[in-house]
Amino acid sequence: MYVYDEFDRTFLEERVAEFRDQVARRLSGELNEEEFKPLRLMNGVYLQLHAYMLRVCIPYGTLSSQQLRALGAVARKYDRGYGHFTTRQNIQFNWIKLNELPDAMADLAKVGIHGLQTSGNCIRNTTTDPWAGAAADEVEDPRLYAEVIRQWSTLHPEFTYLPRKFKIAITAARHDRAAIRVHDIGLRLHKRDGETGFEVMVGGGLGRSPFIGKTIKDFLPKEHLLSYLEAVLRTYNLGGRRDNIYKARIKIQVHEMGAEAFAQKVEAEWAEIRDGALKLDEAALDAIRDRFQIPDLETLDDQPAELARALATDAAFARWHANSVAPHKTKGHAIVTLSLKPVGAPPGDATADQMDAIADLADRYAYGEIRVAHEQNLTFPYVRQKDLPALWAKLKEIGVATPNVGLITDIISCPGLDYCALANTRSIPIAQKLTERFADEARIADIGRLHVNISGCINACGHHHVGHIGILGVEKKDEEFFQITLGGKGNSKARIGELIGPAVAESEIVDVVESLVDTYLNLRTSPAETFVAAVERLGIEPFKERAYAPR
Amino acid sequence: MPLVKTGAPAADLFVAVADGEPLPDGPVIVSAARLLADGPAVIARNGEIGVAWPNDKDVAELQPFLSRLSLISLAFPKFRDGRAYSQARLLRERYGYKGELRAVGNVLRDQVLMMVRAGFDAFALEKAADVEAFGKAVATYSVFYQPTGDQRPTVRDARTASAATGG
Repeated sequence: MYVYDEFDRTFLEERVAEFRDQVARRLSGELNEEEFKPLRLMNGVYLQLHAYMLRVCIPYGTLSSQQLRALGAVARKYDRGYGHFTTRQNIQFNWIKLNELPDAMADLAKVGIHGLQTSGNCIRNTTTDPWAGAAADEVEDPRLYAEVIRQWSTLHPEFTYLPRKFKIAITAARHDRAAIRVHDIGLRLHKRDGETGFEVMVGGGLGRSPFIGKTIKDFLPKEHLLSYLEAVLRTYNLGGRRDNIYKARIKIQVHEMGAEAFAQKVEAEWAEIRDGALKLDEAALDAIRDRFQIPDLETLDDQPAELARALATDAAFARWHANSVAPHKTKGHAIVTLSLKPVGAPPGDATADQMDAIADLADRYAYGEIRVAHEQNLTFPYVRQKDLPALWAKLKEIGVATPNVGLITDIISCPGLDYCALANTRSIPIAQKLTERFADEARIADIGRLHVNISGCINACGHHHVGHIGILGVEKKDEEFFQITLGGKGNSKARIGELIGPAVAESEIVDVVESLVDTYLNLRTSPAETFVAAVERLGIEPFKERAYAPR
Repeated sequence: MPLVKTGAPAADLFVAVADGEPLPDGPVIVSAARLLADGPAVIARNGEIGVAWPNDKDVAELQPFLSRLSLISLAFPKFRDGRAYSQARLLRERYGYKGELRAVGNVLRDQVLMMVRAGFDAFALEKAADVEAFGKAVATYSVFYQPTGDQRPTVRDARTASAATGG
């Protein structure tokens, strides 16, 4: 992973000092809440229903074991002993006290992490593939460019007061594991005639007006990455709407102008700056590349004896292996996903004790590196295959080896009304009930790949639009109801799910989801046809019919 | 509204003149509309000219007047409305404007460093206390990642220098 140098560290210390001063001015009354708000937001501090919430940035989802321990320590010392991993590869602490915030931030800064730009109308944490650097299907490691973007976007003097928040995601793999088409800017790294460059998509996003991003440049040579981003951001900063918060994202500007006209405007702006100071020569890239510590993986045999034996003799291990272990680009290694979706628990939560234990396991088995996936799970990107049985046993002990990765109970959910001041309904209890209904591991393996996404309001933090089954909480006469969409996808073939009909009551929602699943099981051509493929083939009608049939 | 210019409290010598009013002697600030409609007459007068430019108007329209303008004030109607940061950079870095660039409106100490980096050199601060805090505010950071027109060395420059000296 990228290791901060003296400049990065100095910057961070200055940031902590600045925020400490701002909090002191707020506590003394020199700043009122309205003036303090944009300042605290820029440091990841929200005022939620019950308390201040601190969102800590995990740059492109990469953590060292030392950083994970520091997050655990913050959870223990300043919060209630747990943290919540988010869909943007960050972590949130829900019970922080304002006067203790600067100390929590200083503790985090010691290990090079912070809450900077996890909120506010600025460029947020750039997210990427949690398997970056390890995936068998990637062109190049996208983290180098994510880091280049991190540095460029950190307190950018021109783009800190944008019309609205701005999210960039980047992937370099054939399979999009970063949902780049539902970001303000999506970057797909690919090669053309031996040269590295990016397909640039703009104007994707969910929320109350979901859009799939549109490609405005097929191939941007890598040396122009920052000048082109600056051209897009300047076009947005000057021309994005500021009259209505719900129409202020770049997706609305792109939609209203048309992607082609938007692209032309960007192109004209870019022509003015493309050969300026932002140009990335190899020396500039190398200076950052050199700061990445990449583990030196020894080449080992695939399917070593330890693994083959465990697969043959232990059915539970074999089930977990089939579900949570992915191929690695280096022979004899594997990528392991740690499920943070145990039956009956809030999706994406980890306790301080779990964080410590995971950090220890990462040191012992995974070169001390942990990734956060946008599905709210954790990943060990570098594991020796021969260590898998031993690692599994340890992961099981701490409750992060549920073999449900990518399955119906691997639910993405927002915090909902249990924490969030914007929510219409709760979402965590719905996720918990669904995991309980679908607790049988053999059954969910048979159901196969199925993404369920739950949002407690139209802001869509649970990404319900791109869930194979999307669940959206709405309030009717003070009661919680849920709308259901089918067929959404967040990958390279991204599409928005289709609403099946009227919202159903909270007491009905789990039964309705089960009837959708049963319909699929009855109608699928074979177990190889996934739920979402069946929805695409059949349309929503047969599902709708069963969902609303009297039970 | 207290004015800070090139880092120190300063008296405001410019007088804002409403559209249609005759232009007095001495430094004046006119509206963008007046400058665009009545450019030759405004410029012909003997005295310093400033313009109050709104944040929803393309600064490229100012190009014909730039060499004659002593002051351009850019607007921050709200703290969170950041259009004038882009306008400032364009004026300085693309169109080569050298005169006073003044931030007016909801201008608070927590933004002034960003404003300096974007090219502003004068600040009509909203709070008197922020005048005193100005020096501290612009020194909040010593490390900058982005190259902008303010010529401060960036992290990239520092890294290159440090590599060259073997440090």
